[in-house]
Amino acid sequence: MIKVILITGRSLDQGVSKELGKFSKEYMEKVAVCELDPEDLKLLGVSSGQNVKVKTKYGEVVVKATESTQAPHKGIAFIPYGPWASILMPSATESTGMPSLKGIEATIEPAKDEEILDPEKLIKMVVGREP
Amino acid sequence: MKTIRNVVCPFCGSLCDDIEVDVEDNRVVKVRKGCAISVTKFTKYNEERIYKPRIDGREVSLEEAINEAVEILANAKYPALYGWSCTSTEAINIGIEIAELVGGVMDNTASVCHGPTILGEQDAGISTCTLGQVKNRAELIIYWGCNPAHAHPRHMARYSAASRGRFVKGRRERTVIVVDVRKTHTAKTADIFIQIKPNSDFELLTALRWAVKNGELEQEEIAGIPAEKIEELADMLISCRFGALFFGLGLTMSAGKARNIEAAVNLVRELNNYTKFVMVPMRGHFNVTGANEVMAWATGFPFAVDFSRGYPFYNPGDTTFVDVLTRGDCDAALIVASDPVSGFPAEAIRNLAKIPVITLDPHETLTTMISKVVIPTAVVGIEAEGSAYRMDAVPLRLKKLVEPPPGILSDEEVLKMILKKLKERVK
Repeated sequence: MIKVILITGRSLDQGVSKELGKFSKEYMEKVAVCELDPEDLKLLGVSSGQNVKVKTKYGEVVVKATESTQAPHKGIAFIPYGPWASILMPSATESTGMPSLKGIEATIEPAKDEEILDPEKLIKMVVGREP
Repeated sequence: MKTIRNVVCPFCGSLCDDIEVDVEDNRVVKVRKGCAISVTKFTKYNEERIYKPRIDGREVSLEEAINEAVEILANAKYPALYGWSCTSTEAINIGIEIAELVGGVMDNTASVCHGPTILGEQDAGISTCTLGQVKNRAELIIYWGCNPAHAHPRHMARYSAASRGRFVKGRRERTVIVVDVRKTHTAKTADIFIQIKPNSDFELLTALRWAVKNGELEQEEIAGIPAEKIEELADMLISCRFGALFFGLGLTMSAGKARNIEAAVNLVRELNNYTKFVMVPMRGHFNVTGANEVMAWATGFPFAVDFSRGYPFYNPGDTTFVDVLTRGDCDAALIVASDPVSGFPAEAIRNLAKIPVITLDPHETLTTMISKVVIPTAVVGIEAEGSAYRMDAVPLRLKKLVEPPPGILSDEEVLKMILKKLKERVK
């Protein structure tokens, strides 16, 4: 398990795959990911493409770890905007309307055998019923 | 086949207006000049389309769906109207009329994007300009907490770092500085990269302002950056003839939020004592700036406008959609051209799933999944025309390139129908 600062944001792949549809295979492949610094991957003992579990005070989610092409950023994990990232975010907005979507404390652990939930299962988990 | 030139791309706030689109048999067959996202948007807009209106998952006629939407809005005590950044200015205008009529709260996606930018600007002002000015004159460009290589792929080539201007001819005549927590693909093209510690933008902006004003800093290191480097940077900013600061959600979403923007505004203001300096927010969705413009000119406030008192009331943190939802205050929602279920915190989504939601969208989204009423609409900028505002608040006209699928109307037309029936209903 490693401690990181989690940031979310736009990625080119997220932008392109979003246009292919929120339920497309491509969207899940490109957005249910966590980009990590190569050193952090080593620390975790996880190779690019294996699943990891990301936890914050607000929630947890399984996504695929990938080696960042925008390194170095040791200690910082990046998840593209989307339903997987949102689960990890606080709802408090500190009187601005904006939840803190960047700069959240998180932990990451290997989760090689755990499943990445598709958007439908993810919503079902969040709202507690069939959508 | 016909070629339509000077098409405005309806994806990001750069609103590139030089796209060429080949259309044959009411289909887009080829797109030239667009970035990867633009080409995908223009050619794949029929993926995951919705073709029929639905109530509780059952296909219905447009009239039935509109009647149900009107009933929901008319019966709600405090409905929320949200989205608006991926539709036309004209549609947003009708949305405001609906919000006022039903005494609801109307917010746009700026509240989870550059909302804090607006708050910072309202507190401290802004020195800004159009992207044309930057292209023609800016010798020094800073990208702070933004990654145009991913989020605004043609921004650097068309308007900023590598653009060919009238007086500044291209990339070689400009100095490019990137401030970010990661060495992003944008940072890899910069002359100077400042790798800042997460959540310490306020400190660096303030230190930089101090260095601009007073020269030397007392601390050895601020935000992970050696004082010498900050002083050097301050000298560079003062020495350029025209500087532009582009900033993104690295400032608005991390610790400090609106206060970070205020610090950036104050830095730019200080720099204007020595040289010409401007700042421009990197707006995301293609018409999020328009949503702010229209709401500001119609109500006096750019987002988070509450009509429940009978007059427009603005109190971000209270009347913003995430907060309204998290408190469980609204009892119905109209979502237009947005997918809050994909991007909102879980607590907010749980409460949204408890109330009747009406969604207008061309595509299946996570929000349409939890909606009671779904009304499919035309893709603005491809199947429907309208106007949109670029990130520098320059309005451009979106074109209609092809006909929408049979029976599918634009957001503007559907909202007009809802408004007309609501007026009769609440008379």
